[in-house]
Amino acid sequence: MAKEITKAEEFFLRKFDLDTVQLERTIGWALDRQIDYADLYFEYRTNEAVSLEEGMVKKAVKTIGQGVGVRAIAEEKTGYAYSDEITIKNLEEAARTARCITTDQTIGKSVPVRSGSAGGGARPDLYPMKTPVAEISVQEKIDLLNQIDILARRYDPRITKVMASFSSEHKVILIATSEGLIVGDIQPLSRLNVTCIAEENGNRQVGSYGGGGRVEYSFFLENRRFEEYTREAARQAVLNLSAVDAPAGTMDVVLGSGWPGILLHEAIGHGLEGDFNRKRTSAFTDLIGKPVASEICTVVDDGTIPGRRGSLNIDDEGTSTHRTVLIEKGILRGYLQDKLNAKLMGTAPTGNGRRESFMHIPMPRMTNTFMLAGESDPAEIIRSVKNGLYAVSFGGGQVDITSGKFVFSASEAYRIENGKVTAPVKGATLIGNGPDVLKRVTMVGNDLRLDAGVGTCGKDGQSVPVGVGLPTLKINDITVGGTQG
Amino acid sequence: MIPYENLAMDLLKKAKSKGASAGDIVIVEGDSFDVQVRLKSVDKLTNAHEKRLGLRLFFGRRTAVCSTSDFSTESLDRLVEETCYLARCTAEDPHAGLPEPTPLNPPDLDLYDDSLRRWTMKDKIDLAVQAEAAAMGCDARITNSDGASLSHADRRVIYANTNDVVGSYPVGSVSFSVSPIATENGSMQRDYWYSAKRKVKELASPESVGRVAARRVLRRLGARKIATCEAPVIFDPETAAELLGSISACVSGYAVYKGASFLAGKLGRPAAASFVTILDNGTIPSALGSRPFDGEGVATRKTTVIKKGVLENYLLDSYSARKLELKSTGNAVRSIGDVPSVSHTNFYLVPGANTPEEIIRSVKRGLYVVELIGFGVNHVTGDYSRGAVGLWIENGELTHPVEEVTIAGNLKNILMDIEMIGNDLELRSTVASPTLKIARMTVAGN
Repeated sequence: MAKEITKAEEFFLRKFDLDTVQLERTIGWALDRQIDYADLYFEYRTNEAVSLEEGMVKKAVKTIGQGVGVRAIAEEKTGYAYSDEITIKNLEEAARTARCITTDQTIGKSVPVRSGSAGGGARPDLYPMKTPVAEISVQEKIDLLNQIDILARRYDPRITKVMASFSSEHKVILIATSEGLIVGDIQPLSRLNVTCIAEENGNRQVGSYGGGGRVEYSFFLENRRFEEYTREAARQAVLNLSAVDAPAGTMDVVLGSGWPGILLHEAIGHGLEGDFNRKRTSAFTDLIGKPVASEICTVVDDGTIPGRRGSLNIDDEGTSTHRTVLIEKGILRGYLQDKLNAKLMGTAPTGNGRRESFMHIPMPRMTNTFMLAGESDPAEIIRSVKNGLYAVSFGGGQVDITSGKFVFSASEAYRIENGKVTAPVKGATLIGNGPDVLKRVTMVGNDLRLDAGVGTCGKDGQSVPVGVGLPTLKINDITVGGTQG
Repeated sequence: MIPYENLAMDLLKKAKSKGASAGDIVIVEGDSFDVQVRLKSVDKLTNAHEKRLGLRLFFGRRTAVCSTSDFSTESLDRLVEETCYLARCTAEDPHAGLPEPTPLNPPDLDLYDDSLRRWTMKDKIDLAVQAEAAAMGCDARITNSDGASLSHADRRVIYANTNDVVGSYPVGSVSFSVSPIATENGSMQRDYWYSAKRKVKELASPESVGRVAARRVLRRLGARKIATCEAPVIFDPETAAELLGSISACVSGYAVYKGASFLAGKLGRPAAASFVTILDNGTIPSALGSRPFDGEGVATRKTTVIKKGVLENYLLDSYSARKLELKSTGNAVRSIGDVPSVSHTNFYLVPGANTPEEIIRSVKRGLYVVELIGFGVNHVTGDYSRGAVGLWIENGELTHPVEEVTIAGNLKNILMDIEMIGNDLELRSTVASPTLKIARMTVAGN
């Protein structure tokens, strides 16, 4: 990673004609006697996307975004200013604005910064790129989408519409802090998505699938992954043609492995973010050391898995990412922290300080959140359910942090009757209570799987890429919201 | 012409000299401010100036969009080159192109208020602090706060295309909100209230917003689950507006021509109860969804979407209009770095005659919904199933709060089953609705 740091640092200093002395001086401008901490966040980002519908790639877009954010922290207060023009004049103005949270008018001294590796020691780059995705020709990506269109239509004559898109991002960041650290990273991110609409006798259903990560373009071609995504989207759309209305009421629910881990992310993960717990607004406040799940549940947040969508070498405050155990055998062990909340709660940052862009203030966010594998055979889990729901894929979910209530919408689900998976159902919603739901887990599968790499998490108006994962899981007595009582 | 308009015309000229047959540019420049306070003290304060430029070029029927925040000559030259390159890569789309050239004569919709410029930073912080204090002072059970915030943004929008359509307008908005937390018997509830306007003088007072937030959170204390049932459901104006937002997405020309809407192919047919009328009007002075012209320089207007229950119009930009062989309704929106798409301006359901109290009194046993969570709306099929928080109605009276339930149905039936419409329409946001009573939905709980 050392090489990447040098690259990011050189990139910004050269591109915007700055030097280390000027960075040191800027941090000084943001500091005064009442400011505890200040940092600069430089970002240069290129986004590219091509998309297909109606059998043609009619859209190609490219966006270049650049800017710098200056942050000053005084106790619980954060002052922030950003500018999309990276010049000394703007840096100075932003620094002065950021520190307007205090009344002190003295300007701090410049702070010496040195290149470093975020304090975590050198470790291998989690997403080395031999060939940046942007260097693959647009034509090649367009050809791939055209191929997907043909594959999807060939899957089943009932597939009437195919939409596919490929998007990639190349983000270079540099962080300089009043702790004397200067650290950078180059963060690639790509994603391929396929959506199909199937029609039969006026019944119209949709299916979607996709994947990606901090990976090279060749990832999508390996093992014909693009074909798998296409087949899954088409299969789901056709399957839903025969789906019946979802049941309503309380029943046992089996969650499939992989993407249903979004339930952990929403129902548990958000409630364990440091900011909500410091402010005592989370339903998990004061529960460290207490049971919050059945003892077969262990949940971690791990930003250090190579190539994953939620992984990062460093978070957006320059802290190395970690593997943080959140729940260990049912007991709540830790929260996810950024620098501000860790300091105020008297603990260490966990490498979860993330932000959408230079226009945003960092806050505690998840990376890749998943439950470790258990001992049950997934087939045995299904067999154990007399009357329930088997939820294999979800469209999305949301949580009320304070009351703990969460909601998920299944995009692929089936009824379970007498231990057998039967009819597909549509329009099923799961609703429950975060601090309570994992206590109802009675079986954990031995088949942990991480999702394919499409998750985006929204919090306080900021979106960041995340990963989730889950083994097959049995939860007793969850409310399923459908129309068939 | 001010410099950015010149810059836009120059770039379009350059693009034409490189072979582009047509194109347009959107530039947005502005300032934004946001302060969040919590327990009387500043939590986060953000101040920024930003600008972005988006260029769309056509090479015959091929098109691409590029955008940047770097306005240096070198960067903009590269932007033109790259847009030309990308556009040549895409497929010939017979429907691609600029809207019909119509000279822009934008009306002054009074969307900008410079009085906020006279506010000091302290004035803004104080307003948020007052709103929070008003909420927290209401009741001893309000024990904590998720904070209060005040935001404002001023922008100037500039549009130019190669048909010599050029226009610009200033636009601003200011809003504040407060989120109190109440505790009773060890369980916590959070709710919020807000005021958002284009004009400072139209904002509600911090005291009134704080009081409403307090009332909203207190009524949720002691919420419980109920047994699964079929019952009439009343949506309060906030949740009814969310329901209407789903309808807006389903009448977007893009969802319609893609077949991704349950309302596709239904023009001229009954889509709602016979007394339901839904409008989109981009020309209401000072309203939050108003704009003099849309994202491709077409004048905004008033469009009747549903008239007395019959689906009369979709919301369209020039592309989706051509796809459906209709005319643009001036509903193009443009995220700077993307091709145009469609969105509502001010989208609302015309009020009826009943007071919200009368509507509640008409229900023997049912649910009055005050908050919806989750994403359980399938625009393709109309299937609808969302998490709900509300108050249970027993013999026409609101009784205990309800949570951890879902309400489910299908948008097709929900629109047809609207039984009563309130007289309480207020354009609080870009989508607004009076109180709505739906005859029957599935409420799932225990």
